[in-house]
Amino acid sequence: MSDHHSEIHHHGSEADHAHAASHAKAYLAVGAALLALTGFTVFLSYIDFGSQSRNIIVGMIVATFKASLVAAIFMHLKGEKKTIWQFLIMTTIFAIGLFMLTLLANGDPIPGSTTATR
Amino acid sequence: MEIPHTVTARPDTGLYSSKLGIWLFLASEVMLFGGLFSAYIFLRLGSEPGYWPHGLLNVPVGTMNTAVLIASSVTVVFAWAALKMRKFTQYKVYMAITILCGILFLVVKLSYEWPDKFDHFGVFVKKSVAEKYDFLLGNSHLKEKGLEPRWEVAGHLLHAPEASPYRHLAEHGLHHEESHLDAEAKAKVEEAKSKDSYAILLDAVNADPKSPENERPHFIPRKRSTKVAVVDKADVDHASNFTPRHSTYFATYFLITGLHGLHVLGGILVFIYFWLPIPGGTLLYRKNPEHLANRVEVAGLFWHFVDLVWIFVFPIFYLL
Amino acid sequence: MAVSHAHSPATDHGHGDDHHHGLSFLQKYVFSTDHKVIGIQYGVTGLAFLFLGFMLMLVMRWQLAHPGEAVPFVGNLLHNIFGDTVFDGAKRAAGIAGVLTPDGYNTFGAMHGTIMVFFGVVPVAFAAFGNYVVPLQIGAPDMCFPKLNMASFWCFFVSCVIMVGSFFVGTGAAKSGWTAYPPLAGIADMPEGGSLWWNGQTLWLLGMVFNITGSLLGSVNFIATIIQLRAPGMTWMRLPFFVWAQFVTAFLLLLAFPPLEAAGLMQFTDRVFGTSFFMPTGLAVAKAVGQTWAGGGSPVLWQHLFWFLAHPEVYVLILPAIGMVAEIVANNTRKPIYGYKSMVYAVFALGFLSFIVWAHHMYMTGMGAKVASFFQATTIMISVPSVILLTSLILSLWGGSIRFNNAMLFAAAFLPMFGIGGLTGIPLAFNAVDLFLHDTYYVIGHFHYVVAPGTIFAIFAGVYHWYPKATGRHLNVFLGRVHFWGSLVAINGLFFPMFLQGMAGVHRRWYDGGATYEGIIAPVLKWNNFMTVSAILLALFQLPFIYNFFSSIFLGQKANDNPWEATTLEWETPTPPPHGNFVKEINVVRGPYEYSVPGESKDFLTQNA
Repeated sequence: MSDHHSEIHHHGSEADHAHAASHAKAYLAVGAALLALTGFTVFLSYIDFGSQSRNIIVGMIVATFKASLVAAIFMHLKGEKKTIWQFLIMTTIFAIGLFMLTLLANGDPIPGSTTATR
Repeated sequence: MEIPHTVTARPDTGLYSSKLGIWLFLASEVMLFGGLFSAYIFLRLGSEPGYWPHGLLNVPVGTMNTAVLIASSVTVVFAWAALKMRKFTQYKVYMAITILCGILFLVVKLSYEWPDKFDHFGVFVKKSVAEKYDFLLGNSHLKEKGLEPRWEVAGHLLHAPEASPYRHLAEHGLHHEESHLDAEAKAKVEEAKSKDSYAILLDAVNADPKSPENERPHFIPRKRSTKVAVVDKADVDHASNFTPRHSTYFATYFLITGLHGLHVLGGILVFIYFWLPIPGGTLLYRKNPEHLANRVEVAGLFWHFVDLVWIFVFPIFYLL
Repeated sequence: MAVSHAHSPATDHGHGDDHHHGLSFLQKYVFSTDHKVIGIQYGVTGLAFLFLGFMLMLVMRWQLAHPGEAVPFVGNLLHNIFGDTVFDGAKRAAGIAGVLTPDGYNTFGAMHGTIMVFFGVVPVAFAAFGNYVVPLQIGAPDMCFPKLNMASFWCFFVSCVIMVGSFFVGTGAAKSGWTAYPPLAGIADMPEGGSLWWNGQTLWLLGMVFNITGSLLGSVNFIATIIQLRAPGMTWMRLPFFVWAQFVTAFLLLLAFPPLEAAGLMQFTDRVFGTSFFMPTGLAVAKAVGQTWAGGGSPVLWQHLFWFLAHPEVYVLILPAIGMVAEIVANNTRKPIYGYKSMVYAVFALGFLSFIVWAHHMYMTGMGAKVASFFQATTIMISVPSVILLTSLILSLWGGSIRFNNAMLFAAAFLPMFGIGGLTGIPLAFNAVDLFLHDTYYVIGHFHYVVAPGTIFAIFAGVYHWYPKATGRHLNVFLGRVHFWGSLVAINGLFFPMFLQGMAGVHRRWYDGGATYEGIIAPVLKWNNFMTVSAILLALFQLPFIYNFFSSIFLGQKANDNPWEATTLEWETPTPPPHGNFVKEINVVRGPYEYSVPGESKDFLTQNA
């Protein structure tokens, strides 16, 4: 690696150039997709999918897809090192645990009692 | 004494240290916003029908702000790419656009979106007097259709009781609207004065509560009407303008968007730091351009995360 | 000055810390970026808070044994310091100063818990020992982000100022428990005409936000340092167990604290901006409180978010202690610890499981059978890795050539004390048993056994063990013996009767020690006096330690670089280590506990070549 350093210092290696240039198209494509999907989300909010929970699920699916694009392409998670993925998977598991177990506790009260906030 | 792996990656992990550091920080931020979102879900699912409002936020403005943030995500990654390719001027241009987009986002939020809420007022009537106010709430009609009841009479406050902390807001509202009020409306305001009660310039949903148009959230900002209604002081459960104390919906909305806004501000400040000709900013480009590229990449990762949070905030609060 | 060949080309480093010799006093000792200075800063601050928390508890124990009586000797002084919310002003006017009020008892109770956990144990066991020892043990010149490290300490320091300052505002400090449950915590300390900001509970929330932020920044630093700055040859399975323990602890702090920060912000807005995150509908509050709420909130939501942190927090309290004990046991038995690999897997399993057991603190909130069974199952499961850790350490003693220096005395005592603490937790894991034991002194006895004769003894062990490296002098041996034996006897006398009281039904947070319910619990009330006397004795036996800690800096017997003949890298530095830590090349060639290797001339082989 050491012979590359003066190059990186002044010019950036050729690998970096090509890397950045090819990704430029991907960044623009993802940016456009995100804008389109935002409009699509607003459009979908006008359609009633049967129940409020179904509406919410549809909205969340689109949002999750948009978020994955940002994470994978803009944040370079696609092709990122194993260490980072390990942290994120653990974090996701714990975040899901926080959501699900809290809701489970709320949704499974002692028979005859209620957990409504009003 | 030098700390190794600040700029070049450690061979076995393949990472330089600040990238590892920022991802760890972002993991904790996922848990922070996750805690807030789980609170939102908990409170929304537990709320009594009629007390979780819909359609109160301006969707076109929210959509525009979302687009601004997405654009800034694109420009920041181009700024980083420009640094990696050693194109300094291009970096400065893209970074400047990113900063401006961030500032625009905050300006829209703080000069329009939030103040617009503070001007809006809602009175929750007691359930015992539901029939008396059915002409404003339309609950008999909603019940037939199997929809959630309404308990709030909302709009712009024109008169508040003597003891209310909102007298000033009422005076301001009346002053603003006076010229647009017709005779009937003015009479209602006088009635409220004499009864020491609330007079509200109604939103369309309360002016015509049985209309099918008012059953789902609106695309355009909540329509106003020209009708004024009087709500007796004794019939009021609680009343406030659209601030965090108004309902758990607004409490979560203001807290999450406020915290998100603080993160946007933090990101903007860091980007400005990397844009200015100071030792930690563009002067670093001459000494060690790779180091500056890494810094911009790391700050960019934070910025993308902020964008990511907004991608969830927007549908959850504006559309659902 | 850490020299290693595999990396560090000219452009690799940041230029932040090049010119150490040109720094002012402030830059070298106050606003330092050196991990050792920061470690000592955390250590001294944390020990001071442990002392403060202890003093608060002594006043509480006096009240429990002698309800309504004035605190002897220092009653007047305390009354002057803490004022009329904490001590009875009417009685003082009648000539008796220093009688604790119910609000005062609650204040001391809430602050004792908060201070001990967040301002005492974690800063000392995790931040102080971690900052000082971890970079040395992995062969690094400093932490990964030295400036961030300094920022973490000063953020923590701000939180300390806020917490201590909260004692001196009009309403006195927070009095709603270290658990700060709403709706009480949402309305507390807000008399009519009072300030929404300058009151005990609001300041508690602000202090916690700063404390949590400092902790998060510190955790990022620890994890990045352990991953990125290990010296050449220091593979993962050659790490001293203390480093593994700190690594997992840092993860617990990183991922579990943020929901509490979120909840803290929510409670803050409930109090100051009138939101109703946790304020239920129809709350009837006296007009005195200067705030109104719309309702619609959920008090149980706070409990979920609070315990999501607070359960992993208890593992944050114990893991660094287990790590320190492991180092000291290996060193003083002249043997590798038993089951190093199992211990590493166990500590990861423990860390993972600790995130999904929290609602065992909430069995009384009306959860149904399904969810209660889930948490019961995970709680029982988590006892398995805990037992693996403790058993490995106990088995490590077998066949060892044990040297009972003061560090080893405390480390050895840790083992059965943590055993009692852990085993008494098992009944609490069961929903059905917890119905009876929840909120009783049994719980207090359980967790104090783990933290007090557990973690705090491990902290003492760590001090006796690493003091010679940090200062170049030994602590006085005789004073250490007195400290140890006195503390061991007194601490058991203080905490063991709590199990008896708890099982008889004595509840927590009764400001009069149960005197009101004497008819039911008379047989166990007599223990109050015994426990209070033990607490006072425990306080007295800390005096030799405090004196020893400060005087040995000047008067202690001089120590060489490796007085304990230890194998790990922190003993390879000059004493005390200079900025940059190592003056020789570090190349790790063996595991951390190569003691008594057959065929070798010395009974230990250092990790370094």
